[in-house]
Amino acid sequence: MSLRLPEGGSLIDRTAPLEFTFNGKTLKGFKGDTLASALMANDQRMVGRSFKYHRPRGIVASGNEEPNALMNMGEGGRFEPNQRATTTEVFNGLSARSQNHWPSLEFDVGAINNRLARFFPAGFYYKTFMRPQWAWKRIFEPIIRRSAGLGQVPTERDADRYEYFYAYTDILIVGGGIAGLEAALEAGKSGAKVLLLEQSPHLGGRAVVDDLEVDGCDGPEHIASLIQQLESMGNVTLRTRTQGSGVFDHGYALGYERISDHAPNIGPRHRLWRIRAKRIVTATGALERTLNFAGNDLPGVMLASAARDYVRLYGVAPGIRAVIVTNNDDAYRTALALHAAGLEVPLIVDARTSGGGELAEAARAAGIRIENGHAVAKVKGKKHVTGVEICHQTGAGGAVESVECDLVAMSGGFSPVVHLWSHCGGKLNWDEANAMFAPDPSRPPTDQNGEGFVLTAGTASGALETGACVAHAINAGRQAAEEVGRSLAEEAAVRHVRQVQEAPMATVWAMPENATYDLRSKTWLDFQNDVKVSDVQLAAQEGYESVEHTKRYTTIGMATDQGKLSNINGLAVLANSLDAEIPKVGTTTFRPPYTPISLGAIAGEASGKLFKPTRKTAMDSWHVDHGAVFEPVADWRRAYAYPAKGESVQDAITREILATRGSVGLFDASTLGKLIVKGPDAGKFLDLVYTNMMSTLKPGKCRYGLMCNENGFLMDDGVVARLDEDTFLCHTTTGGSDRIHAHMEEWLQTEWWDLKVFTANLTEQFAQIVVAGPNARKVLEALGGMDVSREKLPFMGFIDGELGGIKARIFRISFSGELSYEIAVPTSQGLLIWNLLLQAGAEFGIMPYGTEALHVMRGEKGFVVVGDESDGTVTPHDLNMSWAVSKKKEDFIGKRGMQRSFLVSEGRKQLVGLRTLDDKVKLPEAAHAVEGGQLIGHVTSTYFSPTLGHPIAMALINGGKARMGEVLEFPVAGTVHKARVVDPVFYDKEGAQQDV
Amino acid sequence: MLILTCPYCGVEAEETEFHGGGEAHIERFTDGSSDDQFTGYMFQRKNPKGVVFERWRHVYGCGKWFHAARCAVTLEVFGTYSAQTLKPPKEIITKIKAKRPDWEDLT
Repeated sequence: MSLRLPEGGSLIDRTAPLEFTFNGKTLKGFKGDTLASALMANDQRMVGRSFKYHRPRGIVASGNEEPNALMNMGEGGRFEPNQRATTTEVFNGLSARSQNHWPSLEFDVGAINNRLARFFPAGFYYKTFMRPQWAWKRIFEPIIRRSAGLGQVPTERDADRYEYFYAYTDILIVGGGIAGLEAALEAGKSGAKVLLLEQSPHLGGRAVVDDLEVDGCDGPEHIASLIQQLESMGNVTLRTRTQGSGVFDHGYALGYERISDHAPNIGPRHRLWRIRAKRIVTATGALERTLNFAGNDLPGVMLASAARDYVRLYGVAPGIRAVIVTNNDDAYRTALALHAAGLEVPLIVDARTSGGGELAEAARAAGIRIENGHAVAKVKGKKHVTGVEICHQTGAGGAVESVECDLVAMSGGFSPVVHLWSHCGGKLNWDEANAMFAPDPSRPPTDQNGEGFVLTAGTASGALETGACVAHAINAGRQAAEEVGRSLAEEAAVRHVRQVQEAPMATVWAMPENATYDLRSKTWLDFQNDVKVSDVQLAAQEGYESVEHTKRYTTIGMATDQGKLSNINGLAVLANSLDAEIPKVGTTTFRPPYTPISLGAIAGEASGKLFKPTRKTAMDSWHVDHGAVFEPVADWRRAYAYPAKGESVQDAITREILATRGSVGLFDASTLGKLIVKGPDAGKFLDLVYTNMMSTLKPGKCRYGLMCNENGFLMDDGVVARLDEDTFLCHTTTGGSDRIHAHMEEWLQTEWWDLKVFTANLTEQFAQIVVAGPNARKVLEALGGMDVSREKLPFMGFIDGELGGIKARIFRISFSGELSYEIAVPTSQGLLIWNLLLQAGAEFGIMPYGTEALHVMRGEKGFVVVGDESDGTVTPHDLNMSWAVSKKKEDFIGKRGMQRSFLVSEGRKQLVGLRTLDDKVKLPEAAHAVEGGQLIGHVTSTYFSPTLGHPIAMALINGGKARMGEVLEFPVAGTVHKARVVDPVFYDKEGAQQDV
Repeated sequence: MLILTCPYCGVEAEETEFHGGGEAHIERFTDGSSDDQFTGYMFQRKNPKGVVFERWRHVYGCGKWFHAARCAVTLEVFGTYSAQTLKPPKEIITKIKAKRPDWEDLT
């Protein structure tokens, strides 16, 4: 049966029909419909199942406070779960599926939870699933994992684009209802730059639904006039479909714009507005509360204001026969709206004994029956409302009458939307008469100057009556303008708003007042997470008296609607259970975002290849062209190995090592840090930064140095070259270049600022190539231009000149243990000289080797790699490098730290080599040595050594140096491997090879 | 997200352009100091609930270190000043006292 009304619906275009699918069925709607209004028009009462009990759920609200109508939307790379039908604009071809049921929405096996609800009260999982223990892995966990969550998980990569947008404004106004628009107009008149954000596609809020009269115009006319005036102001920007998502420090706010959710492919999907404003005005309105009566969660029970939204905005009847239940006058507007649309309204149930004011009179005049001092005892129906039982509001719920209906429109009063006010520390006051928390203007969030930077406007401030709301908003706009330095010459606008005489609301936290346990355990507070009044009372009973504890224990307010409808009711029930005042109980913390926003919006364009730049060396293209396998090292990519076609990576590594040690190899070392330290005090400074003595290094010479942090732990290592009296070139590890440069600057600027030293990071200015192996010198001589004889360029020296016609500096340093030259040229010449070296070395069988071959070769030599042999808790002494720690220096970073008793104690982990007893066994990385049930150390590096023909490893073992020759046990996956403790230098102990 | 003004280059920038560096004006203890002195230097911090003096570096800008006086509770910023100082300068102390008359100057 279609519930589309024959006329009406200010947002829909009846000349633009469209089609969409719901659970595979094709349905019709109109342009302007939300998925919720379209489903309602198609008489789809049940739209999903609740989280815990799988109870049938229907549409409750008309905006983003909707807890129930959550959908799996879209397909493939555009699939997204948990989308609210109430804020999803329908477009042709939209595809939606309801959530949390199997095999179907109508027939759901999960509903068994509902029958067993007695055993699943709040917090049941804290008391169950503990025994038997074996059942956890095989039974409990799989079941729980399958039933967790509401929507399905997307399986494909997000196909949409998202972007950031930066905006700076004087005044940011959040909310495009009458208050926001009035505030914007007043502020705009001052010339201030104003940005207004409205989350829905239309401006005007409740003013285009409810019957109000401003300066003789009805709501829509007045709103249209405001919009026209605002659009003519060049200093005012209005933005719809953009939600004010959060307020942060110093006037920073996030806006969440949904650009193309309603019109796929017109642009990026979402845009994150990163806004900095001098003042923020929250004209965020007020949300209606639900009423607490048994069966209030059945499809067909909805908020009264939402019911008339569907009629007025979308031309849809939420039901054909409605009972209204309320504790305040606003719900009478719904009775009158439904009646005017030709729907039956058999009864209005008003909890107040004295009933309502002017609107109640109008309802009576329209022939609608009203029962004051009455309540809904319970709602009847299984999958949707079929009727209600009425009782007295005072009393325990004994029914006095049954009324048939298919819609229950409830109103428990209104709560100002205080979220954005509260995000950055704004405080609230409890208004007893109106049963609401409202912002305390004397305690706003404050900015960098200690001044309040957020103002509220309209109903968001607690001014619920239209006249008060409008006056308040105009004043807020004016005040914001003054605070940003723009005073207004003219008087504030004055609007004449027709007053409606309203009777005061009555606070009703339980309906009826003394409802039995049976009724309370069917009275829902949180529809999505299935939290009932009895659950909150249980939490109080179990001692979870803080509202923050109650929230976590019961999960009230923790669903995707973030408690918008349930928070106040929940804490009122808690306060009653504790016999405490509501303001004493307080609210839970409001945190951004206001509603869930897409992860895509948060990431912006920084995903995929743009997530993190990859730094490449000058020779990168050559590595790619020659089949290199890469590994990431810090921000760089480095060639790990160069497997030939059909060759395994392991075989490539072996080939590279044998070629280098046998003849000559070529290696790209460009990524290592190169820091210039220059000035009269450069030597003095480096003496403080390194553990070694650096000031005694002679120009033209190199020295391997260690850097520790103040704790005395190894932080970085590298070769230092002295270029001249005042100038040092410090090499760092690849990961250390930026880090160590920053480290040096920190000490120079914040501790030793009296030293005359400058630093510069030249890492990217030079390409650096290693030529290593017995024939290395011959290759350089073949290229020509520089005398690289043993006399002219001894080990640990360097020379400047032109190699093969290219300006170069050649260092004689070795990490492989072979005769080795590191050639530094300007980066722009890197690829050129790389190719020249390959040519010159062709007769010697030169080939490139990658980082893994290098690591194996240095492992054979017992050289450490920071990050492998050290992990931030290892001192130079632990690594047999006491020789690098100067005893002559008075002070250096780490000197005092290294003196601490634990760092010099017996039995510390020390660096050793390991030789497995079985040559076929290579110990895995980080394999732990176990002795007498205790862990006594671990493997730091482990390789197969082609040079030696067997596996080798380095390890840190407790008291390792004293354990030479001992056999240790390494249990790995059920097998115990044995390895002997040996010298970590496996190859060429005397170091003859590197010094030829 | 904080806004800070770098006292070196004068740029007023968002927090994401800076890198926080912890408590300012810590006295360094080195070779020759007692265990207590060294432990205090390395690990003990004042962490007051209120006015704090912090180190910041303008990493995505001029690269200079500077100090900021700020309220850790409300994020009010009293001022930024040179990192080459052993204690906050008089102008900063005056600014703080003007906003927080009850604040005790223990610098």
